[in-house]
Amino acid sequence: MAALYEGYTLCGLVPDQNLSSSGIQGIEEERDRDHVVVTDSTRSVTLYKVSDQKPLGSWTVKQGQKLTCPAVFNSQTNEYVAVTDNKVIRIWKEDDILLDKAFKATVSSDVWKVHCTHGGEPVVLFQRGAVRLLDSLLAAPQQPIEEVLAQEEAIRWSTIIVAETQQFIIITTEQKGEHFLYLQRLNPNSVQRYRLEREEPGLSPLSFSATYRDKHICLLYLYPNGHVYQSVLSVRGLGTEEGVQALPLPRSLLLGLPVGDGQLEAASAMALDEAHVAVVGVPHPSAGGGKDFLCIWNTNFQTLQAGKEMAGKIYGQLWSYSNKVFIPHGKTLSIIPFECPKSSLASALGKLKHTKTEESKTPNSVPSWNNILHGEKAQPSKSAETRRTRTTRKSQSTTNLTTDQVLELIKTAPVEEIQKEVEGFLTRAEFQDLQPSVGQLALTLVSRSLADPAFYSSSTLAQLVHTRCLCHSVCPDLVLLALEKKDYFLCQLCLQFFPDIPEAVTCACLKAFISIPDVDAEKVSLEPDSVEFMENLITRDRAEAGLQNGFSPTSSVVNDRQTRAEDVKKKASAPSQLSCPVGLHKAVLINEILQTPYSDTFLLPHLKDLSSQHVMLFLQYLQFLYLKYSQDAFPQMEGFRSPSLSQIMDWVCLLLDAHFTVLVMTPEAKGLLLNLHRFVKSQVRLVSELGKIEGSLQELRKMKAKESIGQYSIEIIELF
Amino acid sequence: MGEFKVHRVRFFDYMPSAIRTMAFNSQTERLAVARADGAVEIFNFNDNFFQEKVIPGQDGRATEALCWVGHRLFSAGLNGEIIEYDLENLRPQYTVDAYGGPIWTISSNSQGTQLAVGCEDGTVKIFAILEERIQFQRNLNRHKGRIISLCWHPSSAQIAAGMTDMIKIFDAETGHATRRLLVDRAMGASKNKEVVVWSVGYLSDHTIISGDSAGKVQIWNGLTGTLVRTYLVTKWDVLVLSVSKDESSVIAGTSEGTVIQFQFISSTVDQHDKEWVRTRTFRNHSHDVSALAHTDTAVVSGGMDTQLVVRPLLDKVEKNTQESALRKIAFPHRSLVGCAKKAGLLLFQFPDRLELWKLGESEGHGKPGDRLPVKRKPEKLIELKRKGEDHICCSALSACGGWLAYSTVSSVRLYRIQYNNTISINKVSKLPKELRSVHQLCFSSDSSKLFASSCQSSVIVVAVSQQECRYLHTLKHKTGSRQPVHLLCASDDGKWLATANTDCEIHIYNLHKMKLHCMVPVYNSCPTTIAIHPVTNNLISVHADQQIFEFSLVQKEYTQWSRRLQAQGLLSLWLERDTPITHITFNPKNPDHIILHDTYMFCIIDQSLPFPELNAVLWNQMTLKSLPVSQRIGQSHAFKICKSFQHLMCVSLLEDLSLVVVERPLLDIMSQLPAPVRQKKFAT
Repeated sequence: MAALYEGYTLCGLVPDQNLSSSGIQGIEEERDRDHVVVTDSTRSVTLYKVSDQKPLGSWTVKQGQKLTCPAVFNSQTNEYVAVTDNKVIRIWKEDDILLDKAFKATVSSDVWKVHCTHGGEPVVLFQRGAVRLLDSLLAAPQQPIEEVLAQEEAIRWSTIIVAETQQFIIITTEQKGEHFLYLQRLNPNSVQRYRLEREEPGLSPLSFSATYRDKHICLLYLYPNGHVYQSVLSVRGLGTEEGVQALPLPRSLLLGLPVGDGQLEAASAMALDEAHVAVVGVPHPSAGGGKDFLCIWNTNFQTLQAGKEMAGKIYGQLWSYSNKVFIPHGKTLSIIPFECPKSSLASALGKLKHTKTEESKTPNSVPSWNNILHGEKAQPSKSAETRRTRTTRKSQSTTNLTTDQVLELIKTAPVEEIQKEVEGFLTRAEFQDLQPSVGQLALTLVSRSLADPAFYSSSTLAQLVHTRCLCHSVCPDLVLLALEKKDYFLCQLCLQFFPDIPEAVTCACLKAFISIPDVDAEKVSLEPDSVEFMENLITRDRAEAGLQNGFSPTSSVVNDRQTRAEDVKKKASAPSQLSCPVGLHKAVLINEILQTPYSDTFLLPHLKDLSSQHVMLFLQYLQFLYLKYSQDAFPQMEGFRSPSLSQIMDWVCLLLDAHFTVLVMTPEAKGLLLNLHRFVKSQVRLVSELGKIEGSLQELRKMKAKESIGQYSIEIIELF
Repeated sequence: MGEFKVHRVRFFDYMPSAIRTMAFNSQTERLAVARADGAVEIFNFNDNFFQEKVIPGQDGRATEALCWVGHRLFSAGLNGEIIEYDLENLRPQYTVDAYGGPIWTISSNSQGTQLAVGCEDGTVKIFAILEERIQFQRNLNRHKGRIISLCWHPSSAQIAAGMTDMIKIFDAETGHATRRLLVDRAMGASKNKEVVVWSVGYLSDHTIISGDSAGKVQIWNGLTGTLVRTYLVTKWDVLVLSVSKDESSVIAGTSEGTVIQFQFISSTVDQHDKEWVRTRTFRNHSHDVSALAHTDTAVVSGGMDTQLVVRPLLDKVEKNTQESALRKIAFPHRSLVGCAKKAGLLLFQFPDRLELWKLGESEGHGKPGDRLPVKRKPEKLIELKRKGEDHICCSALSACGGWLAYSTVSSVRLYRIQYNNTISINKVSKLPKELRSVHQLCFSSDSSKLFASSCQSSVIVVAVSQQECRYLHTLKHKTGSRQPVHLLCASDDGKWLATANTDCEIHIYNLHKMKLHCMVPVYNSCPTTIAIHPVTNNLISVHADQQIFEFSLVQKEYTQWSRRLQAQGLLSLWLERDTPITHITFNPKNPDHIILHDTYMFCIIDQSLPFPELNAVLWNQMTLKSLPVSQRIGQSHAFKICKSFQHLMCVSLLEDLSLVVVERPLLDIMSQLPAPVRQKKFAT
């Protein structure tokens, strides 16, 4: 489910007297995701650090002058570009204090907007539809500018989009109630004109939003009647001829939003990803007619995913950068972090397995001191785990490698370098696009490890598993590789995080775990939580055996461990004397097996492969757990991952089903079976006693019915 | 042992009166309980909670408050009178009108020199307690609104008075109100309803604790007049508070039937600043808890549901002992049923009337467990309304059924009853003047004499005959005990009369010589019933601690049987029963059989059989029933206990050897109570 989190205020607004506009012209991303340039509707441009909610710099034009287009940041030259009074282009750097002293150039035609993509060159769009690259324009500022648009045709909205390496300017225009769309390609220049299908007469689109995905540009537009349409434009088949001919633009109705009474006035829709649309200024379907809501809709399932009421007037303006929505409302500009996980039917129906755990890792919107002090990129939407790895990281790789580069690296580089780069990559990458790349990384790592027996990078794999983006089907060899390399910690992680481990692999793990010598098992470092749980279970057991004051329980565990493994047989025959038949770490690993999901029919054949020795040990351990749970009324410790009593019982049943005949023949198993038999017998006895009580209670009821003593009776009694 | 035909009687509509207030005297360990009908009962907490005295009520007395001053007991009620009781003669000693309208509360200072009463007209009146009387001293400054509750500061310098919407603190010297503590009204709809401070407590550290009709228990600082803490304990009223003697614990009774304990403890370990913390909730009542007493070891509560509940505090008593058991006292510890054995008549005593019933008859025979068809239904022969305001305190029916007598605190009435087809009842008009105020009546077995216990443990003997009623003698003992005689018993042969008083003394008088024969050695527990064996003339006495003694009147010593019983000791199950034996009868056909009963069982003691071993099963009837006849004799012991009948008011053996069992099921009593306050139960 998409979610909107607790927002915070970036700055206050100075809206118009009549509250018709918010006082903000535009918000553009600056050097990174944490910096934005906010241009107000009159004279000033302010640079903000988002995570600190703090202005870093502000520039104002002279009284009498007016900013007519939002300032953009040219990341190639680290310069800001803005236009004053329609014709004067101003360019300045961050350390320029006075705008008047900065560079300015006057052009011959009115400018509509300056667009700039991150890492791209600024593009100047003129009001009459012409487009120039900034550099070429500045070479000859007074060059004549052609008119692309017809008479009475005016630009309503424009944006820039990078498709592959091409930059596209998208312009929508209006001419006598008709709406057109221009798709302008730069270098080589070409333009295509489309005509938007007419909505009801008199309705013109309230807002547009364009995104590029799958080699297509998706245009999303909202009408005052609440209809959200999507049109898909191919980037490839763009005709080279100058499009005077307006092609009809096919559209599909994406959403029909509830509008309440009347039509929408100040509203805006924006695509967040392929399935989610953020809508502002549209009534919440279950909250009456108020229109001051920010909502996230899932277009695949037509469901409202999240909603938030915004205090004050909504101006129908909406920006979104790096998982944050910027929305001016009332007298503030608020930033609301959001999250749109990959939508699926399961999540739409609320049945996704990890919904809760994901929710609990809410993006931390409060700025972290760590980040501020160490000057790291604050990325509040990152999960806590990546943050932890990031903060512990000592050396940051300076080169920002792409997925492909990292993949190449993995194929050849030594373990340490791979580890460093993968770590860096995970820190940089967005959670959403992590999924495919993590899978690729893991696959490559595993295949290299398989091919090259000397190569194995445990910590990198563990890190990848920790992202929770992996599952067994993505990387089927991972668990077996870990088993082969005796990397039990990784095994534990996989068992814990993979929802789809096949029963055969589970069984293989089980077999491996049981056959680890206890001494080896203790060397393995495992998840501390699960170890602590087992430790608690076992030390209680120690304490029962009469723990002396000043006698360290850990040392006793170590001392007893060898002896304990030896006299397993003896202890099995004396269940009253509870002691864990396996070592601590081994028990932790087996616990992990107990908690993996399985289906009996598939598990049973694989269970038969276990040797009777192993079955015995496993059963003894299960018996130990059962007794611990049932005798001491052992509280299922909150927060610890621990097998439930029913899981334990299910496994006992499965094991007995699979190996009963063998166990009956094994003399050593006799005591164990007798014990288990005793459990069953006591249960049966309890049930039969309950049955008896039921019988007598029923008798009692019958007797009660019979007895009705009036005011007077004469009875015969006998005393003995 | 054999079969018995049992008349199972359930038509005695005994209805106890609601408990209105109570006061505990920690010096004497006596609890005084006042009921709604004005009766006052005295329970001895040192003697197994035995109800040793009952002062009958009076119409319109409406006792609201009780107060012990040393050994003296005062009450005040809505009739505006203050009463001091004469605990030796079981009647009001004198009444004083306070002239302030109905009195809601009465409280004495710690020295026992002054009584303060709170009146309807808003005055707090101070009375000086003098020997033999009380005298009005003065009024404290009068305020508008009635005074509902009062409490003296232990130093006697201040009095806290609970009123409507406020608590006032008076200076006892000057009579001026020094502080006014405003009590918040209930929230919500009842905001307009004034809040009544039903009860206040004033501790020596000047903490004031109040309970009010908004359901709050509030802790105040009396020096500064500030509210320290509020506990909202019920949606209904907090009716009564009681503070323990050491001031470390307070209990509050609510309309919901709960009792809530607050303790003055430090909220965390190792912390010295203590505060009042709500600790325990006791839920032993179905109706209003309007009376509470906090003894050193127990919470004693009573209310609308008429039961007195003693709930030991488990941190003050040893666990799993008799002492720690919850006790509910639902029935009086004396017999309200008279039985004419020869005539098959039952006399039921109510506070305002007597009912005379004739038992029914059955036909045929049946097996044990059968119910016989009733040939003739029981018949109410007479319903005799009492005269005057005073309630009936005792009554007696002669064995032949020809005489009936009852007494109130002011007069004795004797009636002659004759049956010839129709029934006629005639009041004996001229009674000797000695027969004026008695608290126990008894006819001799031949119905020729009436014995009446009178003041100073004396017994008046009156001869009754068709023609006249003549005073014969006053029997007196010489021990100097002035306590009232609560048990009277004449022997069948007419020679002996036994009396027992609440000083635990049992005196035997020789009626032929009209003088004291002897005194049974005083046992330290009060006798709950006594009877003289018709054949052996041995006196059987059962005491509040459940001990049984047999005393030979002729030899003036305990019998062998009694000595053996004492030597062997009674089984703990017998001793742990929590209701006293209230009646003894004998089997005329088998002199070995003694029949006695308490509320929950009756028992036939067979003196010919051995006592049960200490490890034996006391209730062995089921075991014996399952054994073949030949083995029974080896297993049986002297105590034959039958628990088939519960809530027994009387068990008696008629001359035709059929048993009469008078039951009054608690459920029947409960069903006659008014509906309790509505409580939200799950899914209602």
